[in-house]
Amino acid sequence: MTREMTGAKMVVEALKEQGVDTIFGYPGGAVLPIYDEVFQQNDIRHILVRHEQGAVHAAEGYARSTGKPGVVLVTSGPGATNAVTGLTDALLDSIPLVVLTGQVPTFMIGSDAFQEADTVGITRPCTKHNWLVKDTDQLAATLHEGFHVATSGRPGPVLIDIPKDVQFATGTYEPAKPTASHYQPAVKGDMEEITELVAALEVAERPVFYTGGGVINSGPAASQLLRELVEATGIPITSTLMGLGAYPASGKNWLGMLGMHGLYEANLAMHDCDLMINIGARFDDRITGRLDAFSPNSIKAHIDIDPSSINKVIKADIPIVGDVAHVLEDILKVWKARGRKVNREAIAKWQEQVSEWRKVNCLAFAADEKTIKPQYALQRLEELTKKHDRYITTEVGQHQMWAAQYLNFEDPNRWMTSGGLGTMGYGFPASIGVQMAHPDALVINVAGEASWLMNMQEMGTAVQYRLPVKQFILNNERLGMVRQWQELLHGERYSHSWSEALPDFVKLAEAFGAKGIICKDPKDLDDAIIEMIEYEGPVIFDCLVEKHENCFPMIPSGKAHNEMLMGEADTQGVIQSTGAVLV
Amino acid sequence: MSALHIKKGSTKHSAYNLRPNFSDVQEQHTLAVVVENEPGVLARVIGLFSGRGYNIESLTVAEVDHTGHLSRITVVTTGTPQVIEQIKAQLGRIVSVHEVHDLTVEGPSVERELAIFKVVGDGEKRVEALRLADIFRANVVDSTLNSFIFEITGAPDKIDAFADLMRPLGLAEVARTGVAALLRGA
Ligand SMILES: Cc1ncc(C[n+]2csc(CCOP(=O)(O)OP(=O)(O)O)c2C)c(N)n1
Ligand SMILES: [Mg+2]
Repeated sequence: MTREMTGAKMVVEALKEQGVDTIFGYPGGAVLPIYDEVFQQNDIRHILVRHEQGAVHAAEGYARSTGKPGVVLVTSGPGATNAVTGLTDALLDSIPLVVLTGQVPTFMIGSDAFQEADTVGITRPCTKHNWLVKDTDQLAATLHEGFHVATSGRPGPVLIDIPKDVQFATGTYEPAKPTASHYQPAVKGDMEEITELVAALEVAERPVFYTGGGVINSGPAASQLLRELVEATGIPITSTLMGLGAYPASGKNWLGMLGMHGLYEANLAMHDCDLMINIGARFDDRITGRLDAFSPNSIKAHIDIDPSSINKVIKADIPIVGDVAHVLEDILKVWKARGRKVNREAIAKWQEQVSEWRKVNCLAFAADEKTIKPQYALQRLEELTKKHDRYITTEVGQHQMWAAQYLNFEDPNRWMTSGGLGTMGYGFPASIGVQMAHPDALVINVAGEASWLMNMQEMGTAVQYRLPVKQFILNNERLGMVRQWQELLHGERYSHSWSEALPDFVKLAEAFGAKGIICKDPKDLDDAIIEMIEYEGPVIFDCLVEKHENCFPMIPSGKAHNEMLMGEADTQGVIQSTGAVLV
Repeated sequence: MSALHIKKGSTKHSAYNLRPNFSDVQEQHTLAVVVENEPGVLARVIGLFSGRGYNIESLTVAEVDHTGHLSRITVVTTGTPQVIEQIKAQLGRIVSVHEVHDLTVEGPSVERELAIFKVVGDGEKRVEALRLADIFRANVVDSTLNSFIFEITGAPDKIDAFADLMRPLGLAEVARTGVAALLRGA
């Protein structure tokens, strides 16, 4: 049924039809008609953030913890440009978002009108797709297409720019027609390639699963199928930062995270394997290290829904384009039909080798009686929160890597971190989005003090909506990750890597009407964490930690997986100038 | 070594031609990209090339199907086989792109370009320019007492050759359309 209505009303109608229950936004002149419609309904909840970047990260947190697209509404000009970092973040981490921006009226476009920006031009390279809607009759169809594009194939952010006159004008509302779009990415993998992968899996002596965010994006069924395949074959499995939780950390085949700050056993398994099965990961440079020394003796299978990911960095011997869940289902089917074969004897030997590597205990650290080591803080946080219905977000830096190493994830969609873009300021607003989607869950943002300050204005949002998000700040009074690189690569010249003039975080919390907790003695830590968990509102937890701790293991830029630094003793003069030019 | 009997990069069963044999040799490929005829679509394609550091040797675009709202972009690019494969895959993931054809691989194809040349001069040179234009089947589309404008169509290398010959004869200006190309046969 088609109906006549204003463009502004169409926006709300289309969101309802798409099943949207929450939007994150900030008003302004060019979106006032839409805000007027938002005011006159109760189906969709609008969360007023304090900065548009916060709205986009909150929507990312909402999306990653639910599997549904996150929705953002902001005004033209500065509203749109403030959203750019979040869009880029979502593009690199393949997070489905629908971002709606107001625009100056069509008859003023191009005149340098007040708060005019070329929003579709600015955001073209940082969205999966974007649209400028010039005709109210096209608006509903474009909104539906936006949801379709954001969530189909490899997910990503889309932006729809809506001029103010298009919002005021009346047009015909078209309901969603899922088949209307020419954009229909294939989800089934090629059966011949799948069979070839199964054949390789049957005889491999040192196979490893290397999984990534694609497993999470594919949905809960993908994680289930992955678990079934791993258990049935007994093959060890590692994951990228983005894929944590797809396979449970308590699973017996779990190697831990791989990559630059990945675990010893995970990186060595990648280096020494004879069959690498990449499922929904993209051979990012944080993962591969030096390319010409990357897993030199393995056959590489690569499963990805995006054909451009395959052969971009690493040649795939067995390329499979398709959705992870669909492909895993077919792999299991073929493998079972061919008699559930694996090279048990060889894999048992391989697992023994893995056990040897595990004995190195690469996450060991020197605890201290007087100062809280950041690793210790996370171990205690893990111990005291693991029984809860828990979601973790992070900022970017050392604390992020330690969180990935020391916290355990048993399920997908429980871990939200800025992987591809490495956006400081992501974690706090993301925690707000997660809490909106899961009001009764324990949502913790593991933060560094510097990152946290980048979007600290969102305390206002947390307090206004009574969102009990816990801001667990590992405060080393340093841009710790920068400091670590300066120590290792730039002759210990600590150029601008101090966090000077830090606020009193307890008073800051109180100023916003939240609770502040400070802790600096390891003996007080457990009680303080429990106090944080039990408090029924937002908390800033200022955890004063060792200021000069380095994050290990570390594969320095320009090095191979088997050239990991395991601790301070390994760091003398290891990084050559060729590595220093890399990031 | 391993019990795996896979010859690396050997077969090719995927629809996406993802079994590569990468080499460092630079190749020139002509791509035909069928796109939704909507504002900004050319910017998306060009932005992809500049943003990812790919080469554009020549590019033409025009609407080819008015009712279907489709335009055809013909782009000539150079790169190693790996880069060419990446370019095609990246083009393919642009939402407004309907089809990507590598005419160099799918070929043989017919490639044509139109160019107009202004040649200024008199006396012997002017006569010689006219004689060569005749050999190249270029048309005179404008003339004054001391200048000609020639129109020529053909494969790009024929146009290059014509330009080389005209240069000593007073070549003043050139405008070229870029390559339009189609696969041969039905
Ligand atoms: C927006 C942004 N600016 C700069 C950087 C570069 N950077 C990466 S980590 C880091 C330091 C982060 O400090 P903090 O949040 O205190 O975390 P720590 O490393 O100390 O745990 C910086 C500046 C970044 N990732 N993002
Ligand atoms: Mg810090």
